[in-house]
Amino acid sequence: MEQDLFSAILFATVVAGTPLIIVALGELVTERAGVLNLGAEGMMAIGAIVAFAVAHHAGNPWIGAAAGMMAGMAMSWLFAFLSLTLMANQVASGLALAIFGVGLAAFVGKPYEAVSLPAVPPLALPGLSSLPLVGHGLFQQQPIVYLSWLLFAAITYFLYRSRAGLVLRAVGESPASAHAIGYPVIRIRYLATLFGGALAGLGGAFLSVFHTPLWVDGMIAGRGWIALALVVFATWRPWRVMIGAYLFGGVMVSQLFLQGSGIQVNVPQQFLSALPYLATVVVLVLISRNALSIRLNFPASLGQPFRPDT
Amino acid sequence: MKWIRIEARQEPDPLMRFGSPVLAVTLTVLAGLLVFAVLGKDPVEGFKVFFLNPLRDTYALSELFLKATPLMLCALGLAVGFQANVWNIGAEGQFIFGAIGATGVALYGGELGLANSPTLMLGLMMLAGAISGALYAAIPAWLRTHFHASEILVSLMLVYVANLFCSWLVFGPWMDPDGQNFPQTRSFDDAALLPTILEGTRLNLALPLALGLLLIGHVYLNHSYAGFKMRVAGGAEFAARYAGYSSRRMVWIGLLAGGATAGLAGMAEVAGPVGQLTDKIAAGYGFAAIIVAFVGRLNPFGIFLASVVMALFYIGGEQAQQYLSLPSAIAKVFQGLLLFFLLATDLFVNYRLRLGRSAHH
Repeated sequence: MEQDLFSAILFATVVAGTPLIIVALGELVTERAGVLNLGAEGMMAIGAIVAFAVAHHAGNPWIGAAAGMMAGMAMSWLFAFLSLTLMANQVASGLALAIFGVGLAAFVGKPYEAVSLPAVPPLALPGLSSLPLVGHGLFQQQPIVYLSWLLFAAITYFLYRSRAGLVLRAVGESPASAHAIGYPVIRIRYLATLFGGALAGLGGAFLSVFHTPLWVDGMIAGRGWIALALVVFATWRPWRVMIGAYLFGGVMVSQLFLQGSGIQVNVPQQFLSALPYLATVVVLVLISRNALSIRLNFPASLGQPFRPDT
Repeated sequence: MKWIRIEARQEPDPLMRFGSPVLAVTLTVLAGLLVFAVLGKDPVEGFKVFFLNPLRDTYALSELFLKATPLMLCALGLAVGFQANVWNIGAEGQFIFGAIGATGVALYGGELGLANSPTLMLGLMMLAGAISGALYAAIPAWLRTHFHASEILVSLMLVYVANLFCSWLVFGPWMDPDGQNFPQTRSFDDAALLPTILEGTRLNLALPLALGLLLIGHVYLNHSYAGFKMRVAGGAEFAARYAGYSSRRMVWIGLLAGGATAGLAGMAEVAGPVGQLTDKIAAGYGFAAIIVAFVGRLNPFGIFLASVVMALFYIGGEQAQQYLSLPSAIAKVFQGLLLFFLLATDLFVNYRLRLGRSAHH
């Protein structure tokens, strides 16, 4: 019985952590190139509704997910055009994207609020899924959960082991030097931003098409912002994104299990729902107080515009 | 071999500084016509319903200014922080806490004998609103100054917390026992409602109050040494530090000012058109105010104009829902578009476009 409970909690934690991983990894790549895109919440919302609508009309969740990625990418292109080409303030452009994305998603999504999609069956990994204790929780998940692990491996390899990743980091550390050596700083920043947008769209698609699967206005519920906080928590390192995302996933599901466990808790439901947000604040404080570790890992040009003068 | 080049101006173009918001509003309206056409509505009809209906008569105008009031209050406080690069984006949460503080006074003030003294009651409610908002904004200020935690993320997370806290109050201890389980407090006594200033409308005392604060804000931001220091701090952190202006102080001033005005706006909402605390009290004013602050050029007079434009979009959205059967969220689409266009047209403040090939090549 206790094993069942453990398994169920593990399963739910992994599910709750997955969109955070996907979005935060994308944002991490963007920020490593020196671009601060605060619009994750808006890109997720757009990714979620577009994926949901397309999955509904096409009758196929994967086409929906692909459309969600494209939509997230299109949104991040808007941001990139403003902040990289037109050199608008990155913070303001990111906020604009967040506000616009959430509003546009609410508008477009209105007719879909009563629609429901068929659940996508999980994919049990042969052998692994019958492992005791962790088999169900880790290896009988949605395919996108496994994809998030692959993304983690690929991004880690890319950033630390590939030449392209080195160039990307150089652009984030010192765009002027990278430009002087002859790297196309703006193009690389565009690509990094688009990549972040695609993953934010996928994160939204996971929520609306695979996890719930339904669309309601406000369903992103701050996950985009939490993903941004996760990148800071991770001090811009992918492995720490994974740990952070599952920690947050755990906090998010803990309230559900408390409510469902039958244990009498004299705490109003709203206070439990506030836990993930409060945890984000606590984690930000704990990590930010160590200014040295931030300074060592912080992409030095983060948020600063770069204009190659010819 | 680009045919259009972006060339830096020697100094910002003063004309474009104020021209770009006007250009942005125009582009938003044009984009709006396009949106109506794409949605299969007659653009002319859409334009009338969305942009002209809110201006059609005195009553409509009074509703417009009623909506603009919380926006200008929130945006004014935000502008103080934005001037110094203090990014308080949690005005929504501070608004909610202001509303909660004012509601506390309204609900329990009667027991203290305040019901017979509207002046005292409303004065205390304003004070409670502003202080509650400022205290809520003090959390990100303190965490930023003592632990370097990003005020952007902290203030934003606290919006969700404020919403949940408000929801707990109106579903729990403060729920109206005779309210058929609606998530709202009981309606306020007359003494706790702001007096209207125009017969037959809902326009109340909050508008002149907000205008007065805009005037004070104008003097503070543009004609005082303290405002000058904020601007220097925002323009060049190094220069500010060199001159000895403490950036900690800027963070505190920026966030407390934003919290206090947002809290006051929350008070004006519960003591004004709503007349009670509900779980949807903030209605996005705190986020819309970010756009107002930018479109208003962080300048009190500009904020006044921008808040009217943004209020027009809110009411236009309601009109579009009623007469064009479009979701009212279309207002948020237009509000977001407005900020996008502003950020884009701002390019012309510091740069100019040149056609033809560069002379250097």
